[in-house]
Amino acid sequence: MNDSDKKRLLREMIFFRRFEDRCFEAYVERKIGGFLHLYSGQEAVATGVLEMANVGVGEKGDYVITGYRDHVHALKSGAPAKEVMAELYGKETGSSRGRGGSMHIFDPTANFMGGYALVGQPFPLAAGLALGCKHKKTDQIAICFLGDGANNQGTFHETMNMASVWNLPVLFVCENNGYAIGTHIDRSTAQTDQYKRVDTAYNMKSSQHDGMDIEAVMKEAKKAVDYVRNEQKPYFIEFMTYRYRGHSMSDAKGYRTKEEEAEWEKRDPIKILSDRLIKAGTLSKEDIKAMEDEIQNEIENEIIKFAEDSPEPNIADLNKYVLDDNPDPRWVGPLK
Amino acid sequence: MAEIAYWEAILRAHDEEMTNDPMVIAMGEDIGVAGGTYKATSGLFDKYGAERIVDCPISENSYTGIGIGASMIGMRPIIEIMSINFALLALDTLVNAAAKIRYMSGGRVSCPIVMRTPGGTAHQLAAQHSARLARMFMSTSGLRVVTPRGPLDAYGMLKSAVRSNDPVIIIEHERMYNLKEDIPEEEFFRPLEGAEVVREGEDITLIGYNFSVHLCLEAAKKLEADGVSAEVIDLRSLKPIDRETIRRSVEKTHRALVAEEDEAPVGVGSEIITGIMEDCFFALDSQPVRIHAADVPVPYNHKLEQAAIPDVDDVYQGALKALGKA
Ligand SMILES: Cc1ncc(C[n+]2csc(CCOP(=O)(O)OP(=O)(O)O)c2C)c(N)n1
Ligand SMILES: [Mg+2]
Repeated sequence: MNDSDKKRLLREMIFFRRFEDRCFEAYVERKIGGFLHLYSGQEAVATGVLEMANVGVGEKGDYVITGYRDHVHALKSGAPAKEVMAELYGKETGSSRGRGGSMHIFDPTANFMGGYALVGQPFPLAAGLALGCKHKKTDQIAICFLGDGANNQGTFHETMNMASVWNLPVLFVCENNGYAIGTHIDRSTAQTDQYKRVDTAYNMKSSQHDGMDIEAVMKEAKKAVDYVRNEQKPYFIEFMTYRYRGHSMSDAKGYRTKEEEAEWEKRDPIKILSDRLIKAGTLSKEDIKAMEDEIQNEIENEIIKFAEDSPEPNIADLNKYVLDDNPDPRWVGPLK
Repeated sequence: MAEIAYWEAILRAHDEEMTNDPMVIAMGEDIGVAGGTYKATSGLFDKYGAERIVDCPISENSYTGIGIGASMIGMRPIIEIMSINFALLALDTLVNAAAKIRYMSGGRVSCPIVMRTPGGTAHQLAAQHSARLARMFMSTSGLRVVTPRGPLDAYGMLKSAVRSNDPVIIIEHERMYNLKEDIPEEEFFRPLEGAEVVREGEDITLIGYNFSVHLCLEAAKKLEADGVSAEVIDLRSLKPIDRETIRRSVEKTHRALVAEEDEAPVGVGSEIITGIMEDCFFALDSQPVRIHAADVPVPYNHKLEQAAIPDVDDVYQGALKALGKA
């Protein structure tokens, strides 16, 4: 990876952090409603893994799918930030035309196939995307990001089995942040090393890595992505990470200590990379400050502005999108 | 025209649609090498191979989800669930995902899956194999629910379901797979929407769907012997419901009965009768009658089982009541 890539990745992570912070502020201002799950702290995982996949190239690229903590995955897949923010604002210009909200960002033009609220539901959907890729004989793969808590769903076990027995080109990325809402993994899960839950049980290759250092993430993600694409087999990769904020906006974090939070923040993904780039002389502190100002300006004056200025959906369109709005009468009728 | 059994009609539709479109695949338990519990895919494994006739492990929720995921990128999976009772395991992916993805993506992603499954009481299969559950699916926004009463619709509606861009649930019936009917030998389609008047009459409208259409037709014959002319409507689609055809018929006959094999309260009968109240209340000469199963899990004992579900005589007696003759 050359210096300009490193600078770009640092900028992306700072952008994602600031994007999420700005969502927090907009939520407090009541511009954003519903449930809002922020990704701060985990940036190195989605940014690093998707950097190694074929994303940002539109419909020829790999498919990405995840849960409700989905803004950054959508952005890194190539969903325009303006549209993602407009979706959070419930606007007609949003990624899902204001019908989905924070937890349901969709952008099929970027092959971002959605955020889902049902914990564990994306596992089979991802395997289905992979089945489609395999069937069409493209070299696309499907990438599914989910949390540690999702691995206690039946869909995890059912899907790992089928993905393995059918040799589906799907990469399962487990973002192990140690918690499912307020329940620590030690209290919910018999085998806390998630990657061990698939290797002998489902005969699937798997591994566990640091999820805070983006360069480490990229190195391991590359191997996993290449394996899935070349071998046409599933792979389960686990990254150890931490979410800084509460599970969603209504979380006082009473289940964890300040010391634990401080310990993880020492290994902040943005800090790790920026320290490294400063030390190598690639960037100065001033350069980073300038980057932050530029991002701040972009978010405020372009992205937020777009979301604010966009129209809301028409009430008259309430019943649109339930079923195909222009069905072929040959198949749908009605019967004459 | 050729006489063909219900299961053969489904098989023919699979075969033609799979030949027509390489994106069509079939998924389900024992559908491939074993040929299918109801033979609806027999012979297709040899013709299309394991990649298109996908034998699934017993993981209803997740293989339905896999079909949904594949459908989001252009595949057209036909998913067979052995029994509607087992479809309850797939409610998360079906109801929370397939039915909602189009809407919550603002119309940007669709899920054109077909789920076929038999509902209904067969022969002493007891409570866990005899549920009907149509009411559970017909109450979900974003799904289509259709109920072919015979080979004509079993073939023509499956073909339409494969081509439609919506998730479609086809509810079959364990007691109908061997039912025979003459159907055209050349390819045809039967639309997913629209009820059908399957027998014309003047004095009362008997409304059924799936197996209960046959109860209504038999009851209509008995009524004819009494000098009563009964009209019979096959709803065909439970989601959406064709209220217009019902209204027109009730405005002619002034009396209505709905027969469902499902238990009440809550279901097809309550929905149809509410529609009649809303659409043509003043056309009625008597209160509508609802014929349905007893509000019990279906028993094993043959006599208890038969007492739990409606039969031709129940429909006949119900009609006499609506006619003021009981
Ligand atoms: C099927 C289902 N059950 C429960 C919930 C409520 N819920 C939302 S997120 C969550 C915890 C998930 O934890 P994890 O998978 O580790 O993801 P994280 O939030 O840590 O990213 C729970 C229990 C839900 N949304 N869906
Ligand atoms: Mg977690």
